[in-house]
Amino acid sequence: MSDAIIAESIMISGHGGDTIEAYSARPLEPGKQVGGVVVIHHMPGYDAGTKEIARRFAVHGYNAVLPNLYWREAPGASPDDAAAAARAVGGVPDERLVGDVAGAAAFLRGLSTSNGKVGVIGYCSGGRQSFLAAVSLPLEAAVDCYGAFVVGDPPAGMPLKVGPIVDKTPDLSCPLLGLFGAEDKYPSPSEVAELESALKAAGKTYEFHSYEGAGHAFFSVNRPAYRPEAAVDGWQKIFTFFGKYLA
Amino acid sequence: MCTYLTEKIAISGSAKGAAGWFRVTDGTVYFDHPVHASYGHTLNIDFLAPQQGPSARVAVELGAESARALMKAIEAVLESAPPGLE
Repeated sequence: MSDAIIAESIMISGHGGDTIEAYSARPLEPGKQVGGVVVIHHMPGYDAGTKEIARRFAVHGYNAVLPNLYWREAPGASPDDAAAAARAVGGVPDERLVGDVAGAAAFLRGLSTSNGKVGVIGYCSGGRQSFLAAVSLPLEAAVDCYGAFVVGDPPAGMPLKVGPIVDKTPDLSCPLLGLFGAEDKYPSPSEVAELESALKAAGKTYEFHSYEGAGHAFFSVNRPAYRPEAAVDGWQKIFTFFGKYLA
Repeated sequence: MCTYLTEKIAISGSAKGAAGWFRVTDGTVYFDHPVHASYGHTLNIDFLAPQQGPSARVAVELGAESARALMKAIEAVLESAPPGLE
């Protein structure tokens, strides 16, 4: 057993059997079977910051995989060019996202060090997509970091094909951790409360935290939105949560 | 937040990117998270040539105040351009 990890670009099978690029980060010799985490990138794309997040999970003893959700729109392009190309055609369709996460989960479960358990985590638009994956697929844990439009109607004229999915709450397959900024407007505190009501009504296992003094994107280390205290506490909550459900 | 709101227009002209000059056919304008500029949200403009692939893109991120100042400057220059040059 050692603390060595391997992080590398790979190809995995995604929605529709398509082969898509992904970033894999996993411990080399964990000395035991470990859980897997599908990392869903934010709207700005499959970028360096999100790859760092995947490596963080590996350092903490998880097999992580980060599918490139924009691979089909812009194979080989820089992350921001790919994000712009995907944005111009209306973003990632929900059905395709679910298929890509399913492929990523199958990849994780197929690893020789897998304990069979897979969680999902997403930030921003990825937060909504994490919830979407968890109501669509059999997973063991899901984390929604400030995902907007899980509840509530999107603004008029919005070109992206995202709509509210709170009505699918009864289909949630696993416990949900939600991390939000109390100053965020998308999702707003009332929208977070609405999602919480839906989870209670459906008898789901969940844990929500809203951080005072933090708004949207508080985990982003390269933005003015970064809130170190909220991010440090949030990460602790994430690892406690995954430690409980993915062990 | 990710605003998702995007204005798309057809444009005609040229832009200079990392690989040199290329003809552009599309422009997108959106107010959303920047990739590089130090703001929560910026006015983002992409000058694009989709037929040449996603990397045929010149991107600009401006603070809202700068974007408004730029709009005024563009208008002022076009207004003062001698007639008949367009």
